[in-house]
Amino acid sequence: MKRRDFLISAAALAAPLALAACGGSNSGGNGKVTVNWWHINGTDPLKSTWQNIANQYMKAHPNVTIKITIIPGAALVFQQKLQTAMEAGTPPDMFQSWGGGNLEDYVKADQIQDITTYLQQSGWGDTFGKGPLSLYVINGRNYGVPWDAGAVGFWYDPDLFSQAGIQQPPATWADLLSSIDKLKAKNITPIALGEGDKWPGAFYWEYLAVRRGGQSAFQNAYSRKGSFADKPFVEAGQYLQQLLALKPFQNGSLGATYASEQQLMGNGKAAMELMGQWGPTNDAASAATPGSNPKLGFFPFPSVPGGLGAATDVLGGGNGFAFSKKASPEALDFARFVTNATNQRGLAKQNALVPPVTTAVDGLVDPEMQKVQKLVANATYYQLYYDQFFSATVGNGLNDQVQTLFAGTKTPAQMAQAFDAVVAANLKQ
Amino acid sequence: MQTAHQDSTWATASQASRTQQAPINKRLRTGTRWLFIVLCLLPSMILFLVFVLLPVIQAAYYSLYNWNGLGPLDNFQGLKNYASIFQDPVFIGAIIHNLVIVALSLLVQVPLALVLAILVQNVPGKRFFRLVYFLPYVLSEVVTGLIWSFIYDPNIGLISDLTKLFNPSAVPPAFLADTRTVLIAIFIVMIWKYFGFHFVLYVAGLQNIPAELFEAARIDGANSWEVTRDITLPLLGSTIRLSAFLAILGSLQYFDLIYVMTSGGPLFSSDTMATYLYHKGFQNFQLGYGSAVGVTIFIICFVFAIFYQRWVMRRDLAGAAE
Repeated sequence: MKRRDFLISAAALAAPLALAACGGSNSGGNGKVTVNWWHINGTDPLKSTWQNIANQYMKAHPNVTIKITIIPGAALVFQQKLQTAMEAGTPPDMFQSWGGGNLEDYVKADQIQDITTYLQQSGWGDTFGKGPLSLYVINGRNYGVPWDAGAVGFWYDPDLFSQAGIQQPPATWADLLSSIDKLKAKNITPIALGEGDKWPGAFYWEYLAVRRGGQSAFQNAYSRKGSFADKPFVEAGQYLQQLLALKPFQNGSLGATYASEQQLMGNGKAAMELMGQWGPTNDAASAATPGSNPKLGFFPFPSVPGGLGAATDVLGGGNGFAFSKKASPEALDFARFVTNATNQRGLAKQNALVPPVTTAVDGLVDPEMQKVQKLVANATYYQLYYDQFFSATVGNGLNDQVQTLFAGTKTPAQMAQAFDAVVAANLKQ
Repeated sequence: MQTAHQDSTWATASQASRTQQAPINKRLRTGTRWLFIVLCLLPSMILFLVFVLLPVIQAAYYSLYNWNGLGPLDNFQGLKNYASIFQDPVFIGAIIHNLVIVALSLLVQVPLALVLAILVQNVPGKRFFRLVYFLPYVLSEVVTGLIWSFIYDPNIGLISDLTKLFNPSAVPPAFLADTRTVLIAIFIVMIWKYFGFHFVLYVAGLQNIPAELFEAARIDGANSWEVTRDITLPLLGSTIRLSAFLAILGSLQYFDLIYVMTSGGPLFSSDTMATYLYHKGFQNFQLGYGSAVGVTIFIICFVFAIFYQRWVMRRDLAGAAE
């Protein structure tokens, strides 16, 4: 009696362990290959399009199965899940990457496949614009490919602008401040901002740093010949304070999330937002009834006269794919299919991305997205947003420090000092 | 069993049978009985070891390094992580926030649950009240956080709409965006969610008080307040001590609602030790530092638990109630 019960319970305990050990093998013995693809796009058109592209590829290559896992939300959430999978030794074959410091950390940990040779031999590398591809170059080797290369800029509601009597979008910093005054006079919320999430507000400071300091100040500070407490970075904070003094954001912006920012823009409750090229599609998805969202226009971050940067300097970033060390050649071939000119053109037509593939640029029919693409193509200095350029500690550190400016708890000089301290403490690692 | 004396009292009979069985027990004690006990304890011991003890030891080991989670552990720091923790004003703030939540729990949540449990004791429809008060506890933390974030939203939320109803030109309060009000605002949600649990504990405790005591007190002419003060509260003593213990421990480790509603912000004004661990350990990919924070929280909670059980709950655990 006792012995039988013991054996039954032992079997019950062992069974789940055996099953757990079974999962996770990549290729069956008979030439069948599985490609595990993790991406971040939980809304359409990207969500359905990625699946359709995968289905097309599987039809053409019956021995390949593409398994998609979607981890929607902020970059941080995706990166943490990816990190966990890497630590466990079961990373996906193909996954979303933003390049920069985060990718570099994974490269240093020997987790990412070096695709330089593949890119050169297949000619795949030549289909991309140099700038966007360079975001995935670490120490001269290629570790990823872009599928989107955009810029951060202002997305605005033309109806609200004309209601406030603003004839054309502001071109200079002074124009921007007076536009805000006009909007406030008509009781329209000038800017939607989800500063609770911290990264939307960081765009303002980073762009002002780009305008005041240009590439030289950034290179200086990054190479540690100078510092992030130098004059241009303090000035960035001071100019930001000019903006804050006008109180241009919605009530409670300090605690608001990016989701509520999308809600405001998608329902015509705020006149503009400073956001990347993904802004309009996300805002549209938040409209109360589909299609009721205002059609947003784009204008670049205004010029700030007197700084070292040019009005054609761009803060931006893109989206791309990177591959785990064990990813099969089929995974690379699939990614090549995903980023071919036809698929890029199709998504560009839906404003889902700004194509880095040079032959697909004509797919951009939306004049607003064409503005973004031209901005990127003509950028005199292209700065990747700090929280992707640097490692997570430094990037999150900047976002935290900028929030203190929005809350008014630090002066621009204090904030710049504090950020430089974070950089100094972490750059060696 | 035949006893030497024909005494039929319960005590002598059982005493005699115990002495008769003694030689048999001695044999069983050393044999298969011990093996059986060990085998029964083994599964839970293994689970406890693997999922509780081992991670704590592992965390203590990682806390001695700076490590981003990938690659080898090659950046030995010794106890520097612990020094950094206590030098970080954000962590000191987090501890203070934890203590504030502990204090508010003991001063507001526990008494509220107690008072309601006593009030609802003999009221018609008491089953309905018990259900309604317990319901928020059943909701998932994330759903609760999302619902209340919506209620608190200063532009489209419930509170904002109510404010505009009474005063159309007023600017609705943004409780979660103000560093002075955010902790209290979250605590209100915590009361709403968790007092039901303590309430149920007290209801169960009240049911353990024999009804005869209440009847006797009434016959002697005691009024409701005297009954509560002299019978209910003392006999609920062990439940109150347990409830306070769980409230304090839960408050020291609190993470869920804060992470969902504010991520510890704005400006870390609603950060607790657990959300601090999450920022610094996971979001910044500094697992060594995060492990040090984890070990610190563990030591704080462990010391508190030992102290509380030895001193405050000594009577309850010794099984002295006879």
